[in-house]
Amino acid sequence: MLKVKDLHKKFGNLHVLKGVSLEVSKGEVVVIIGPSGSGKSTFLRCINHLEKPTSGHIFIDGVDLEAPTTNINVIREKVGMVFQQFNLFPHLTALENVTLAPEKVLKVPRSEARERAKALLSKVGLSDKCDSYPDQLSGGQKQRVAIARALAMQPKLMLFDEPTSALDPEMIGEVLAVMRELAEEGMTMVVVSHEMGFAREVADRVLLMADGVFVEEGPPREFFTNPKHERTKAFLSKIL
Amino acid sequence: MVFDLEVVARYLPFLLEGVGITVEFTLIAFSAGSVLGLLLALGRISKNPIFHYPAVAYIDFVRGTPLLAQIYLIHFGLPQIFGYTPVGYVDALLALTLNSTAYIAEIMRAGIESIDRGQMEAARSLGMTYVQAMRYVILPQALRRVVPPMGNEFIALLKESSLVSVIGMEDLMMKSRMMAGRSFRPFEAYFTAALIYLALTLTFSRILGWGERRMGKSAQG
Repeated sequence: MLKVKDLHKKFGNLHVLKGVSLEVSKGEVVVIIGPSGSGKSTFLRCINHLEKPTSGHIFIDGVDLEAPTTNINVIREKVGMVFQQFNLFPHLTALENVTLAPEKVLKVPRSEARERAKALLSKVGLSDKCDSYPDQLSGGQKQRVAIARALAMQPKLMLFDEPTSALDPEMIGEVLAVMRELAEEGMTMVVVSHEMGFAREVADRVLLMADGVFVEEGPPREFFTNPKHERTKAFLSKIL
Repeated sequence: MVFDLEVVARYLPFLLEGVGITVEFTLIAFSAGSVLGLLLALGRISKNPIFHYPAVAYIDFVRGTPLLAQIYLIHFGLPQIFGYTPVGYVDALLALTLNSTAYIAEIMRAGIESIDRGQMEAARSLGMTYVQAMRYVILPQALRRVVPPMGNEFIALLKESSLVSVIGMEDLMMKSRMMAGRSFRPFEAYFTAALIYLALTLTFSRILGWGERRMGKSAQG
């Protein structure tokens, strides 16, 4: 599904990603944790080329993103992304946020796009907020709209970039519940998050990123109870 | 000497004939300048050097030189080079349009750049092309934000349009000069013209303010 090989990313002299490799198979849920500034978000943003890698290769469904013939827009249709700051379109209603890309990119007829959007919004528990503007929604509601918006493109892979970090504590649960449901339905997910409960219960694999490399990876039970690297132990002792 | 109201009353219809030209020039140059200015702003923002550098050069030149010099350049300079007979009306409109285009381009650019980077990223992450993201996500938001500075530009253009009188356009300014010459009452002539300009700018800024509030209501964040 997703294969990343020896990915490097430099911003000027700042070497953020120093040779990162990862394989994610279909239906797998991978959670990446790590200290801030370690490159987690950059890694995620490289996967859909919001950041262009300095070197290395990314394959999605066998297609090499670095190949000059690859149309990144077509790849992005299949890769949904959810942002820490939601990034909803403030001039559009919740429903229009969800229908915009299917209508304009996939040329889905308006009526069909609206039907699908309503179904997605009710899936994330917001069927009564279709006509609300983002300003009228709480943080948790915004993030759920953002998830529906990404799902409307029927992606094969979903990327979550700290989806709950900007939320008030009482709203985190509702967003995680939606993500959990998504995972149970078999969505392939790469999640950057510090929600250890979520990682423990939903992830198939947990990875620790530090200083631009993956330090340790493993199934959550082992990762949390029996970490092998000092770096992992140190990090976990701080957050658990 | 007292202010001769009788002269003012006699020449008022004459001056008001010029108001039509002034408003006409302003509206046409502003409308055309808005469309061209938006395109120029997109060029200025573009990373493609073919669009970027000409846009920068154009904006810098127009904003860095006096409108009066631009009017002379178009009306007297170009006909010399290309050997045609200048038409004052066309040259006046051209100069005002080209001038407002540059200022409006900078307003549009600032508006577009004020939109959070995350908006473009979210749009692109959904598979939209750059053009689609601009059209459906960035511009609808940016255009709402530029309404107040665009109002200022409109007022500025209305006042600066008085410069077209130097190439013989019979706008409000020109009419007041003619009134001064004919009546030998320059104070009454120019003071009345100034008051009419003031009435125009106040009227338009009221209309624009009302439009702004309406836009604000429909914008909803």
